[in-house]
Amino acid sequence: MSHAGMTAQQGVAWPSNGVSEVPFRVYTDPAQYQREQENLFKGPTWNYLCLATEIPKAGDYVATTVGEVAVIVVRDASGGINAFVNRCVHRGNLLCLERSGNLPHFNCIYHGWTYDYAGQLTGVAFEHGVKRQGGMPPEFRKEDHRLARLRTAELGGLVFGTFSEATPELETYLGPDVTHGLLRMMNRTPRLLGRSTQVMPNNWKLYFENVRDTYHASILHLFLTTFRINRLSMPGGIFINREGSAHYTFAKLDFAAEDMDYKDAQLRSDSEFRLHDNSVVESVDEYGDGISVQILTIMPGTVLQQVRNTIAVRVVRPRGVDKTELEWIHLGFDSDDDAMTERRLRQGNLIGAAGYIAMEDGCVGGFVQRALQYNDDGAGLVMMGGHEAESQPFRASEAAIRGFWKHYRALMGE
Amino acid sequence: MSMHDLALRLNIHELIGDYAECIDENRLEDWPSLFTDPCRYLVTSRTNHAAGLPQGVMYAASRGMLLDRVFAIRRANIFEPHSYRHVVGPVRIKSVEGDMAEVHSSFIAARIMHDGTTTLFATGRYLDRIDVSTTPYRFRERLVVLDSDKIDTLLAIPL
Repeated sequence: MSHAGMTAQQGVAWPSNGVSEVPFRVYTDPAQYQREQENLFKGPTWNYLCLATEIPKAGDYVATTVGEVAVIVVRDASGGINAFVNRCVHRGNLLCLERSGNLPHFNCIYHGWTYDYAGQLTGVAFEHGVKRQGGMPPEFRKEDHRLARLRTAELGGLVFGTFSEATPELETYLGPDVTHGLLRMMNRTPRLLGRSTQVMPNNWKLYFENVRDTYHASILHLFLTTFRINRLSMPGGIFINREGSAHYTFAKLDFAAEDMDYKDAQLRSDSEFRLHDNSVVESVDEYGDGISVQILTIMPGTVLQQVRNTIAVRVVRPRGVDKTELEWIHLGFDSDDDAMTERRLRQGNLIGAAGYIAMEDGCVGGFVQRALQYNDDGAGLVMMGGHEAESQPFRASEAAIRGFWKHYRALMGE
Repeated sequence: MSMHDLALRLNIHELIGDYAECIDENRLEDWPSLFTDPCRYLVTSRTNHAAGLPQGVMYAASRGMLLDRVFAIRRANIFEPHSYRHVVGPVRIKSVEGDMAEVHSSFIAARIMHDGTTTLFATGRYLDRIDVSTTPYRFRERLVVLDSDKIDTLLAIPL
């Protein structure tokens, strides 16, 4: 899709040079979707690949996707992490069919071509023919062929990859605030608790915007208000990096006051408006900084969340202009005792496909997508908290969404 | 088969049938009473289960947590109205020791949206530990092990 000269006529027209009005066609246009794969997911961005602890030994690999592109991540013999496209140079076949495993080398099932942990072609079946007949032509050299590589970087136990040589180093890409936010959350060695994938009937950007939307939370997600779980004063804020490519938002909780509140609730007579079992919201201040919610995003497809004591990576994977897969990777830490794990599991009801304060996010994007069906003229408004995409000490704002569009427009050349 | 074994089998079938009927016929308020208190109810995937990973997509450790799930569905969470139709396959009683029967069954569940759109929503296995000390029997543990890692849109109503 990156044919020179074609890009200008393919882009969706924007109503202004700003980022507070977003043309609806960006969610429906197949050409736009294809350009996003090239310019965002394969462009100068960092994408979550796996946990470093998933591939501890040489030859341990994970097969995943970056956007729609199939990718292999492997630990090499010197302890480094390599990533390359999951596509044989010979006829383009998938090299890895399993999700993960350990292999001495990568061997294509189709014609037996093999690759080492750096993605270098090392073997070609019948390279010199059979009984001196056939075989590759004399000018063919295995050394000239390798799998297209991604650069990799590791931060806080998370492994990221980028297709582009132009992408700044990961910490530079994130900026100091978001780097700090990531390292705050990932301050111990993560331990995988479980995974699931939510398949959403909407364009991927509708979900990514939703995660950056601090405005909707108390309106769409009624669980906490229905059960009168008072989130007393919750000071918080939004940090957005200069480019808009990464952000995090946080809110603090008065843990002691909330605990008192539960006890009062148990005394109330209107039993249907109180939880029968508080353990779903009984959280501890595990970071010691009073922050109970931190949502961090890295464009184009990575979300890192702390919601009370639930820690998760969410990976946004486009699967067509109106279909998105969202993988939830639930984490604990190696220092957790059984009580801490049980606490995380019970609070796990708050998040994910069945999450009390998350399930609406699985359907609301689909509602938007349906409304846009053959009705995608005009532009949506993203003006809460102004027109800029700057960090703010409050959360009734759409600044982080504007940050998304700022970086989006820059990378898409729109 | 002795009369005792036959009665055991019938009571187990009754519990498993009642479970599916509570959900499919929108008697969700009766659903928690099919469990002991405490209990363990977990909806997870075959992949997580096989890997020994403890976190799924829906979890309750007490009848109170089940009641809260029902109330949240009724009063708090927002989603398009829909229902399920469960078909539960052959019930396999794997063992009975003391008050506890270990029972496995397979299921498929269709999802019927309010506009009539019907899709195959989930398939999987129920791995149950059933308290057989008093009738009606109750689930001490019901693991809902989904064959797929993928859930379409959201999971509001339990499976």
